[in-house]
Amino acid sequence: MTTASPGGDSTAQDPFAAPGVLTPSGAPPIVRALDLEKFYGSNHVLRGISLEVYPRETVCLIGRSGSGKSTLLRCINFLEEPTVGTIEVDGLVVEADPLHARSARHREQIRQIRLRAQMVFQEFNLFPHLKVIDNLIEAPIRVKGVPRSQAIATAEKFLAKVGLSEKRDEYPGRLSGGQKQRVAIARALTMEPKVLLFDEPTSALDPTLVGEVLKVMAELAHEGATMIVVTHEMAFAREAADRVYFIDEGVFVEAAPHSELLDNPRDPRTRDFLARTLRT
Amino acid sequence: MVAPVASRGPLGLGAGPEAIIRAVAASRRQARLRFRLIFFATWLVLVGGLALLIGSTGRIDLPFLGTWAPFILGGIPITIAVSVTSIFFATIFAVIGALGRLSRVAPIYATATLYVSLVRGTPLIVQVFFVFSALPEFGVVLPAFIAGCLALSFNYGAYMTEIFRAGIQAVPRGQIEAAASLGMTERQTMRRIVLPQAIRIVIPAIGNEFIAMIKDSALVSFVALQELFWRARTVGSSHFQSFSTLVLAALVYWGLTIVFSLVQERLEKRMAESDIRI
Repeated sequence: MTTASPGGDSTAQDPFAAPGVLTPSGAPPIVRALDLEKFYGSNHVLRGISLEVYPRETVCLIGRSGSGKSTLLRCINFLEEPTVGTIEVDGLVVEADPLHARSARHREQIRQIRLRAQMVFQEFNLFPHLKVIDNLIEAPIRVKGVPRSQAIATAEKFLAKVGLSEKRDEYPGRLSGGQKQRVAIARALTMEPKVLLFDEPTSALDPTLVGEVLKVMAELAHEGATMIVVTHEMAFAREAADRVYFIDEGVFVEAAPHSELLDNPRDPRTRDFLARTLRT
Repeated sequence: MVAPVASRGPLGLGAGPEAIIRAVAASRRQARLRFRLIFFATWLVLVGGLALLIGSTGRIDLPFLGTWAPFILGGIPITIAVSVTSIFFATIFAVIGALGRLSRVAPIYATATLYVSLVRGTPLIVQVFFVFSALPEFGVVLPAFIAGCLALSFNYGAYMTEIFRAGIQAVPRGQIEAAASLGMTERQTMRRIVLPQAIRIVIPAIGNEFIAMIKDSALVSFVALQELFWRARTVGSSHFQSFSTLVLAALVYWGLTIVFSLVQERLEKRMAESDIRI
């Protein structure tokens, strides 16, 4: 395994990376997570993992719980601090800094990465004290400095997109789980991110509400949003993903275009995982 | 005698589920009503007995109270004004104190911790006298109202600091992550996302503090603020009628705390029914 040299220029590559069907030809990867290692105390969660994602492609990360897939996703926008490695999003490069000795300039760099890589959480994390519309305009106004009227117009556009225009003035407490997650997706979209990170977006949902969320996500994928999706929903991976990665014990075991990985897994660990998942 | 096997209780044979549900609800209602009636009857007896006991001392001078009640009760608005003003400033002290107690900057954390430790480690009455008697030695003579509010809010602010600290920490971690993911700075996250939720979490506790404050506001009578207790004490001692005036004052404090407890109950119920769930 090679390590990233300071400065972000690295020889390490994600061996499974390939441009997606919608990726403009010649475009370089928009997300690079290179040689990430993550320790929680002595627990080695990520073991030198690299992921490269091209513009306008959707990749799914699958694997058992505890395999490191959510940790990898959360490292990309620094909700987790990698112990070792480099993150690059849309040309912004930040090195791991496990000692949290960052300068203000560096922290600003991370904030810029977060603006470009919006996270959709398993638990939605809508702001319960703000109405749906206010959830959607808070960050555009406060963070991006968008004028209020324009922020509202954008928010209404994305609310319509997720099919929830009529919930504009409700508080999140009045919404179902599926509606909450669709609002959360709309909230992420209002920031006009370069990439959407989905952290098990349907795992907290009642089974009857999963479909409406996956439908919105599949639409986004087909429209060419760049998406990294941690999920247990194999049907979604099959329908929407350019590539599916199988992660086990902090490394990618294999990755392939969706039907290939799901139908003809090569590694016994992948086969074992899929057999268990698809049966339930 | 052994009851016949076919007996189905008071509803008799063949009662449908609706009749049973109705009967159960009615019996519950009745039990609740009976409990309440007995509660009030017991209070009536106890409070009546207490009133008789107080009356039997022969030290309650009603004509005297009649003359002085308007003056003594005139202290109620001042008591309430002191309490409301002090809880307001105490809340501000508490927010600042809590942010300090959660700060990772050592001098800020140290300052906030010292504030809480010092204020909680000394008697309120000493703090009240400090403002009233010690500060004038340095030429700082504050108007009674301001001095009273200063002592109370400084003191309560320290206790409420810990309430707010707990409230801020009770806001789910996911809220902070969502704000961070949206690119909000730590300061924006605290001001726009965490504090509004923390305040809702601690409102019941602030209510309790406010009710305690109404009673503790009696201590600022020592800064010569003419609130309820000062008036009762002054009138009572100058006419050798302390028993009458203090009983009156005690009744008023009791009444005030009951009223504000009811207000607080209503507020909590409204919050529980609100669409805003944290």
